Amino acid sequence: MKVYLDNAASTRVDKRVVDAMIPFFTEKYAVPSSQFAHAYGIEAKDAVDGARTLISKKLGGKFPEEIIFTSGGTESNNLAAIGVAFANAEKGKHLITMQTEHNSVLNPFKRLEKEGFEVTYLPVDKDGIVNIDTLRKSIRDDTTLVSIQYGNHETGTVQNIKDIAKVVKEKGALFHTDAAIAWPYLPIDAYKWGIDLITLSPHKFHGPKGIGILFVKKGTKIEKIMNGGYNEFNLRPGTENVPAIIGAKKAIEIFSQKDVAYIASLKKRLLNDIKTNIKDIEINGSMEHSSPHILNLTFKYVEGEAVSLRLDFEGIAVITGSACYSRNLQASYILMAMGREHEQAHGSIRFSLSKYNTEEEIDYTVQKTEEVIKSLRELSPLGKEDRE
Amino acid sequence: MPVPYTKLVIEHFKHPHNVGEIKNADVKATEGSPACGDMLTLYLKVDPKTREIKDIKFQSFGCASNIATGSIITDIAKGKKIEDAAKITWKDAADALGGLPPVKVHCSVLAADALHSAVEIYMEKNGLIKEHKPTTKEIIMAKLKHVMNPLTGIDIVKSSLIKDILIKDGIITITVDLPEDHQFAGNIKEEIIERLEYLWDVKKVKVNFSE
Repeated sequence: MKVYLDNAASTRVDKRVVDAMIPFFTEKYAVPSSQFAHAYGIEAKDAVDGARTLISKKLGGKFPEEIIFTSGGTESNNLAAIGVAFANAEKGKHLITMQTEHNSVLNPFKRLEKEGFEVTYLPVDKDGIVNIDTLRKSIRDDTTLVSIQYGNHETGTVQNIKDIAKVVKEKGALFHTDAAIAWPYLPIDAYKWGIDLITLSPHKFHGPKGIGILFVKKGTKIEKIMNGGYNEFNLRPGTENVPAIIGAKKAIEIFSQKDVAYIASLKKRLLNDIKTNIKDIEINGSMEHSSPHILNLTFKYVEGEAVSLRLDFEGIAVITGSACYSRNLQASYILMAMGREHEQAHGSIRFSLSKYNTEEEIDYTVQKTEEVIKSLRELSPLGKEDRE
Repeated sequence: MPVPYTKLVIEHFKHPHNVGEIKNADVKATEGSPACGDMLTLYLKVDPKTREIKDIKFQSFGCASNIATGSIITDIAKGKKIEDAAKITWKDAADALGGLPPVKVHCSVLAADALHSAVEIYMEKNGLIKEHKPTTKEIIMAKLKHVMNPLTGIDIVKSSLIKDILIKDGIITITVDLPEDHQFAGNIKEEIIERLEYLWDVKKVKVNFSE
């Protein structure tokens, strides 16, 4: 059996999304910038505008032009962090983010530090949640931007961005949230909640890759970070990726909250059955405040790369936060920021689900995970006393 | 197979040889890697007359390459004379596996280290006690040959990454010829410290980067 449980990395594109995209490769391939030259251009412009209108509505925005299309979540986060920091540098040069952000947020901020900005990286508690009082105290008169991730890509932990936005607004700074993992699995309401910038990533919910979205509330001071033409309201140059924009629109249009309930039930089943059948596990992240599709567990006494490889031999795709697996041979900075020991990160496994997973697949995964963990624990010098 | 391992690595990882504990072992040695968090314990049973390794077993809290290397190195060492087992290197093990991806070489070092530690302990226990010599640059260089640059899989001595070694009042200062924001800077630093800080006359190990 083949079981894909790496949906937090990327998802299978829905057939309806592919179908919606195809005409924009083969028939309607003009670009919106040609709207004043020919009918083809108008057709493309209309299609892209339709996407903007729909996405804006879904996010609780007010104007279609608040939707900026980029190449992906990484670019959206770069544009938000760097574009806002520089545009508001006269007001102040202090920025706030969180230690467990995605690299596409952390690294732009690190670059800004080299450019003379000061950045506060807020800590998180053992569940990965940022303390709102700590945040409030960190905001200064010269703080221009606060960027806090909605749902974490590794643990699924969700921040209370509604309350966070409120605090940031009270203090007069701009608020950006990287919602690439959380939305549309969890709700967002840009105007009502007071969020100025939102990063979205359609390939995380059955849309195409190569397309990202940055919601920028009207009136937000932001400047372009890439030089070129005047596309995307002069904020993001480059030819619009029309097929992908249409694909993103379709993925958002067909995304169903019924699917979310279903995925949540699969996650519950997976966790409960693993808990029942495998001893010595730990949950990484909050269970109460969590994305419905991500479950991160540490299996004590075994190493994550070994677990994921053995599961791969059984057709099951998961990833690990083990240093052995990472590209810089350092244990997951996210689990470390949550106060986990190196040893705990070593045996961490992320299961991430989608609407395409079945109960049968979950049962198979539990059975194979039990076998793999048992076999690897027999190899391990650790935990013998605890187990006997 | 999409994984970057040889068939032999996968085979040894799936069905490792010589796994477990020897209850009445002559020696037990554990090595841990601060770099990736792997850990490997090795047990030896030696024939006191012939000094041949009669039984050898290992346990691993480690990744695929760690398990595979533990499996093959115990195969190689089994039946060998203890002093010959001391000569088995991480490279012998990696070669026997048909090679390892550079980033994974440090895992094979760990298995070799556990074997060497076990042999050393056995030799010490059985009258071949070495006298404590003061730590010299040569000794440090020998130790640093076990620190890998994960980017290349070649040790930092061979790849001429050691720019300077300073020994003063028990404090060793190593200067590594890499920029501080190198992808593996943190990893290499941790490994260097781990390799040197346990030496009897070393109080502290400092690692600097040249750029």
